[in-house]
Amino acid sequence: MAKTVVIDPVTRIEGHAKISIFLNDAGDVDDARFHVVEFRGFEKFCEGRPMFEMAGITARICGICPVSHLLASAKTGDKILAVQVPPAGEKLRRLMNLAQITQSHALSFFHLSSPDFLLGWDSDPAKRNVFGLMAADPELARAGIRLRQFGQTIIELLGAKKIHAAWAVPGGVRSPLSEEGRQWIVDRLPESRQTIETALGLFKQLIDDTLKSEIDIFGKFDSLFMSLVAPDGTWEHYGGHIRFVDSQGNIVADGLREEDYQDFLGEAVERWSYLKFPYYKPMGYPDGMYRVGPLARLNVCDRMGTPDADRELQEFRDRAGGRCATSSFMYHYARLIEILAAIERIEQYMEDPDLLSPRCRSKADINALEGVGVSEAPRGTLFHHYNVDENGSIKKVNLIIATGQNNLAMNETVKQIAQHYIHTNEIPEGMLNRVEAGIRNFDPCLSCSTHAVGQMPLHVQLLSSDRQVLDEVYRE
Amino acid sequence: MSVVTLKINDIDVAVEAGTTLLDAAKEAGVRIPTLCHLDGVSDVGACRLCLVQIEGIPKLLPACVTEATEGMNVTTETPELQEYRRMVVEMLFAEGNHVCAVCVANEHCELQDVAIEVGMDHTRFTYRFPEREVDISHPQFGIDHNRCILCTRCVRVCDEIEGAHVWDVSGRGPAAKVITGLNQPWGDVDACTACGKCVDACPTGSIFRKGTTVAEIDRDRGKLDFLVTAREEKKWTR
Repeated sequence: MAKTVVIDPVTRIEGHAKISIFLNDAGDVDDARFHVVEFRGFEKFCEGRPMFEMAGITARICGICPVSHLLASAKTGDKILAVQVPPAGEKLRRLMNLAQITQSHALSFFHLSSPDFLLGWDSDPAKRNVFGLMAADPELARAGIRLRQFGQTIIELLGAKKIHAAWAVPGGVRSPLSEEGRQWIVDRLPESRQTIETALGLFKQLIDDTLKSEIDIFGKFDSLFMSLVAPDGTWEHYGGHIRFVDSQGNIVADGLREEDYQDFLGEAVERWSYLKFPYYKPMGYPDGMYRVGPLARLNVCDRMGTPDADRELQEFRDRAGGRCATSSFMYHYARLIEILAAIERIEQYMEDPDLLSPRCRSKADINALEGVGVSEAPRGTLFHHYNVDENGSIKKVNLIIATGQNNLAMNETVKQIAQHYIHTNEIPEGMLNRVEAGIRNFDPCLSCSTHAVGQMPLHVQLLSSDRQVLDEVYRE
Repeated sequence: MSVVTLKINDIDVAVEAGTTLLDAAKEAGVRIPTLCHLDGVSDVGACRLCLVQIEGIPKLLPACVTEATEGMNVTTETPELQEYRRMVVEMLFAEGNHVCAVCVANEHCELQDVAIEVGMDHTRFTYRFPEREVDISHPQFGIDHNRCILCTRCVRVCDEIEGAHVWDVSGRGPAAKVITGLNQPWGDVDACTACGKCVDACPTGSIFRKGTTVAEIDRDRGKLDFLVTAREEKKWTR
């Protein structure tokens, strides 16, 4: 009889989700779905608010990547004010985003995903977390935690708070970096660079050896990739334009402006998830599946723009066997290279006197009634789109979140892993962990909450085709 | 000039006749929490935070509008008063839509300060979540009725110091709200001189300068006091 396996909640991701695995009569996987079961409503309740508050409000969407919303919102505000952000303002915003990429990727790799790699997929779930990592490899765990602290502290030095600093505002930023802050960053840079180089070395060893087979199973399929890219094709996280490439690295579309996102991005809705399914419009739904985030940014760009990251990108492409890596498992690898690129760029910024300049905010009244802002969040391209009235009161909000854009790819990944590992109604815990890990490839950020520590709470349901619960197991 | 003597929390204090208990307490070094009181304008006893207990009087009286009289024995801190004050603040939070985390006045808010002072860490009342509007039609300022606690400081400061009387209160009970002009959008009110005294007077983030982002409000309370003193005592330097 056809059955459904439900993993609810999915753990060690940011937010609440569940996975349903549909088994056919033979006990093989027919389909798998990743459901996002939380509802936030930001787009609705922001209506009527003054536009100037939007950066502060939308940053509250997430406690892990508030900076991404802060920047996308502030950039949308820039367009509505129709102002030029002072050079210092843009550099300071970029510095905060690099710090955010560092801390968020460090969280994803060290805290959430590395327990699977280093302790094993089938290890005791009670210990398969960051505390287990601390026991097994205290030096690595400590270095990872301190790397995240490095990023978080830069955010605090700039915005006075580690989380939800309402510092980027329409027109620029509120305040520059202090000399003491700059010195702190300079002092901590060597240690951070050492940590990421160690982690990269370790991960490369693992994917050449024990994790080699995962590359082909954990979501390897063709899709488009989308990200921002600098005008000269260099890796970008804040400005530039949008580019799509296919799995061979051919440019499908280039020079796209964020203002025109509705021309090239469509959003499909499925009844079983609160998360929409964006797709590349010219190719239709669901064929227009594309991926965003670290993997996409590395596949899309021509070069990283800093020496060590460029060397790593070349090695990454050699391992992938071509211009593009198509396995979602390579997201982890791409994330580590992005941390290195962020650290190299932070090093370069430390020599720039503009970071200390108080001329970092342009002020203006409402000069345009619509604006679209874009930034590269750690998880991918983030769009904010506001319509305002002549007083600056918000009339309409549309947010296209990075995780949403990976929705089709996450479903495809889950299905591929489930089809590979599950062939009977007997499903060992380690298999379910692999299915969840397929989701963790993408480091999805479904809201502010995390399930980063503690025992994995799991609810598995076996359902017949008429939705009758045949069996269920709880583990508290 | 006649002087009255009284006791506040067992402290002997002598003040000019006609002095309010709130000012007398200040004289005695006793702090009484307030929200609707603003130095420089008249008192209305609206917020009830300054309620005190007076020996021989069966009900609690607001210190801001009660005159000190000879031989009064006043107590400002009892478990009952503390409970009432906390309840008043809880009701203010439950009545409006106060979201400190994304408010322009976060960390610069008297309602927030008072909540901390009276030890309010949650409200026992059900939040009403009223539907209230934001008016940002004025070229320089905005009012968010979600954050208004109806202290009427804006009404008094505009009338008594600026002399423009742009602000008033309309409606009763839950429908009560401060209005500009004859309940027109603020930007349409010709009487407004755009002096910004209402922004300086507002205890919360309800009235703000446009362009202000989260926790960024900047007020100049001293300006109001200065203007009153300057007019009364002809001292025009600050």
